Amino acid sequence: MAMYCLLKLAPLFLAVAVCNGWLFGDFVGKQKEQDEISLWPLPQKFQSSAVAFKLSPASFQIVHAKQSSAGPSCGLLENAFRRYFEYIFGDLKKPEKSRKKVYDSDLVELQVWVTSADPKCDDFPSLQTDESYELSIDEPSAVLKAANVWGALRGLETFSQLVYEDYYGVNNINKTDISDFPRFAHRGILLDSSRHFLPLKVILANLEAMAMNKFNVFHWHIVDDQSFPYMSRTFPELSQKGAYHPFTHVYTPSDVKMVIEFARMRGIRVIPEFDTPGHTESWGNGQLDLLTPCYSGSSPSGTFGPVNPILNSSYDFMTQFFKEISTVFPDAYIHLGGDEVDFRCWESNPDIQKFMAQQGFGTDYSKLESFYIQRLLDIVAATKKGYMVWQEVFDNGVKLKDDTVVEVWMGNKMEEELQNVTRAGFTTILSAPWYLDYISYGQDWQHYYKVEPLSFPGTDAQKKLVIGGEACLWGEYVDATNLTPRLWPRASAVAERLWSDKSVTDVGNAYNRLVQHRCRMVKRGIPAEPLFVGHCRQEYKGL
Amino acid sequence: MYCLLKLAPLFLAVAVCNGWLFGDFVGKQKEQDEISLWPLPQKFQSSAVAFKLSPASFQIVHAKQSSAGPSCGLLENAFRRYELHSPLFTFEPVLLYDSDLVELQVWVTSADPECDGFPSLQTDESYELSIDEPSAVLKAANVWGALRGLETFSQLVYEDYYGVNNINKTDISDFPRFAHRGILLDSSRHFLPLKVILANLEAMAMNKFNVFHWHIVDDQSFPYMSRTFPELSQKGAYHPFTHVYTPSDVKMVIEFARMRGIRVIPEFDTPGHTESWGNGQLDLLTPCYSGSSPSGTFGPVNPILNSSYDFMTQFFKEISTVFPDAYIHLGGDEVDFRCWESNPDIQKFMAQQGFGTDYSKLESFYIQRTQSKGYMVWQEVFDNGVKLKDDTVVEVWMGNKMEEELQNVTRAGFTTILSAPWYLDYISYGQDWQHYYKVEPLSFPGTDAQKKLVIGGEACLWGEYVDATNLTPRLWPRASAVAERLWSDKSVTDVGNAYNRLVQHRCRMVKRGIPAEPLFVGHCRQEYKGL
Repeated sequence: MAMYCLLKLAPLFLAVAVCNGWLFGDFVGKQKEQDEISLWPLPQKFQSSAVAFKLSPASFQIVHAKQSSAGPSCGLLENAFRRYFEYIFGDLKKPEKSRKKVYDSDLVELQVWVTSADPKCDDFPSLQTDESYELSIDEPSAVLKAANVWGALRGLETFSQLVYEDYYGVNNINKTDISDFPRFAHRGILLDSSRHFLPLKVILANLEAMAMNKFNVFHWHIVDDQSFPYMSRTFPELSQKGAYHPFTHVYTPSDVKMVIEFARMRGIRVIPEFDTPGHTESWGNGQLDLLTPCYSGSSPSGTFGPVNPILNSSYDFMTQFFKEISTVFPDAYIHLGGDEVDFRCWESNPDIQKFMAQQGFGTDYSKLESFYIQRLLDIVAATKKGYMVWQEVFDNGVKLKDDTVVEVWMGNKMEEELQNVTRAGFTTILSAPWYLDYISYGQDWQHYYKVEPLSFPGTDAQKKLVIGGEACLWGEYVDATNLTPRLWPRASAVAERLWSDKSVTDVGNAYNRLVQHRCRMVKRGIPAEPLFVGHCRQEYKGL
Repeated sequence: MYCLLKLAPLFLAVAVCNGWLFGDFVGKQKEQDEISLWPLPQKFQSSAVAFKLSPASFQIVHAKQSSAGPSCGLLENAFRRYELHSPLFTFEPVLLYDSDLVELQVWVTSADPECDGFPSLQTDESYELSIDEPSAVLKAANVWGALRGLETFSQLVYEDYYGVNNINKTDISDFPRFAHRGILLDSSRHFLPLKVILANLEAMAMNKFNVFHWHIVDDQSFPYMSRTFPELSQKGAYHPFTHVYTPSDVKMVIEFARMRGIRVIPEFDTPGHTESWGNGQLDLLTPCYSGSSPSGTFGPVNPILNSSYDFMTQFFKEISTVFPDAYIHLGGDEVDFRCWESNPDIQKFMAQQGFGTDYSKLESFYIQRTQSKGYMVWQEVFDNGVKLKDDTVVEVWMGNKMEEELQNVTRAGFTTILSAPWYLDYISYGQDWQHYYKVEPLSFPGTDAQKKLVIGGEACLWGEYVDATNLTPRLWPRASAVAERLWSDKSVTDVGNAYNRLVQHRCRMVKRGIPAEPLFVGHCRQEYKGL
């Protein structure tokens, strides 16, 4: 009943929220406690009052609403309920006897109400997923309403962020109404497990941190020149000979499954990148004749270049390989790379030269690259997968399927590129301003935060084609020892830019919330580095 | 051993002729665990003859002639530590083969091994290490040299193809180029949990650093729990219980460092950088004025009140008993004069003293009156012409005119340490360790006597942007570059060779549980197990 009442009032709430802007300005000033509310990323519509309810670890529960299409059989939600209960109350030292007596000011439960007929408990999130949710905190029950489990996951995270400890260490939550949805559909983190092998533990911890920041895409740059840790069932020699070590530095099929499932449970898509024809040195160790032999004068130099685009065997290999990839990774998209192809090796090879002449390419090797990519795209399209590519593929005029996502990564002429890609009608994501492997002294998160992805000149239709962005942490200088603190909370700045409303740009306000959000991540076991001087009530317990 | 000593000059000659032997070595072997000494010893001679170390039989023992024995807790502890570093205890029959190395004899030669002493600026850290069957011998004047030699010994051990620990026939004669090789950590901008400090002391020992410069308090917080003035931390720490160093914590840091031959020099920086002191000590700081009335904010320590000096006398009396080292760092940097200038009482005092409007004279007046045992100061104290005791160590930290400053300080006859090129809190993309590595501390123009006054340097990791989450990987292996510059011979400057050794040294640190970050692409046989 309470819920219906609330829904009627919703427009009113929104109006108040719009009038006041968000309410943090005053809020932050008034309270000095560490655990004050600090939502991150900021919800689209937010309305809070000073009325506070208490949450007792003995009586508070997260439950399925009666009307919900999801129930106890929904493993994804059951798992999430437990995760968020633990975030809120910590590891309970001793099981407390459940207290029968409920006080007036208690919040006794959060009802999670999935409204569509199919809650999608066993599905995978996709680019089209509706992640919106509505959250109403009021006594005696709070209600989280979402079309499916993916929105429910986002709402659970927000709920957990609303809880704060009062002076006596009791968990409190204020009367609040939130209506929330992401500004962009694709909000990704790129991790690179080739320049350095990333142990499974590191990947899983970062998926956990992604969920805390409402990221929804793990762009897994899994192989590259330096190593090939992906263990292929079809071509096991790729990792046997291409990984840093064939046993300790590989991802087994079961590891990959675990990453995908761990991500799914948190509403995160896993998009693997198998970058070709460049960035493939490590492929050559386990697959003879795949790479182009480079020549020094008239004889092979013993070194190898990009994938050999003039052999049918290369395409046969790719066909089989991507057939496997398309079944191992459930997402509708595969990232095919296509960036930074070095033409020098192709230029040195007499067979390639001959082929260039036959095809009438002259000396324009980007035409040869396009020739390769075109055939690769057809191969992948045959697996019924969509693909993502780096911007060069578009720049070189390769014919792309309509649903291709072009990733803009080059910092110079970024706006021009966004214009061109969207003018041509392709969807695009932006990563150019968010190369987090570049570090500098001070608060660089502010630079990432100040980026406005739609600032380029273009029509509304063009802007709609920008479906999101990615924070990229390339792996040259990071591994298990330093990756996590380097990524967080710097990537959190990108998270808010991609989730919250365009108008959320106040760096000072963001600073106050982000300081606390990073302490929350630390409390939850993520070694997120500090923004500046200060402390967390619970400092990181590791090294 | 006697034999070895006679041959020593010959070895040295060979070593000098060949340079160090890694050039070829690195090229030949591709194994992860090949030898990779860091910092590089002064004299090094190795052959291809390899001995095996069996976990079942190999032991580190006191040499019969050694003045140290089983009662030397420091060495007993170190023996165990280095045994743990060479992993795998298996239960094999104790069967000795000809090619086995059965023991490392540690021979402390002076009458007093200094087992229960503390290292000091004068400590002799030299050692000689001879690896030959059936016993290796590590010879040092005292336990401090023995500690350095144990680290080197552990770095000589490598795994062969079958995973068996091997060590090559080797002779090393080693000593540090500079006596003061420090790391500054800042526990005020962010509180550093004890665990983090101890782990970094451990890493320091792996890199032969010997000074922990503990910048323990500053404007932002006062985590040092004083017995004399408990309110300083009660009101000045980020949290009076969870974010403080209790007397027992401090003792543990000092003892943990001592066991590794590391001095702990605390810094209590005054008169600036003291905002957090004011919370727990009324009237210590200068009230700033806005026009003719106090603004409610406070500036540096109030230098015109006797109560300030009474406080300092009592406070540093405590500090000098809590910290056993002969030196205390008194700071003295970056005093902001604006608050003093605003205060009418200070203005009056300036006039009385005839200081005019030169507030650096007031600063000097304050510093002059601050009593203590041996002290270190930041360069401004020297620059402002404060009269310093002869044994004062002046720390040069300003990057501009660094060489000029070194010239001036040493011309005035003061010992000095260099930290200006080694502010590791400044980060940038890529391999910045190379910049730290390429610094030559004695490149400034000056006499030999002047150069001898440069007793070392410090890598400073100021705390604005680091805490428990990211401090350790940010410090290591970047600080290792400084470690080699301060320990090894001046001629050790080949960056390519250093890269190859440092890559492996960082993997060794990772294997030992220190999350030292990568230099560039690549992998360690054992990747870091934490986050």
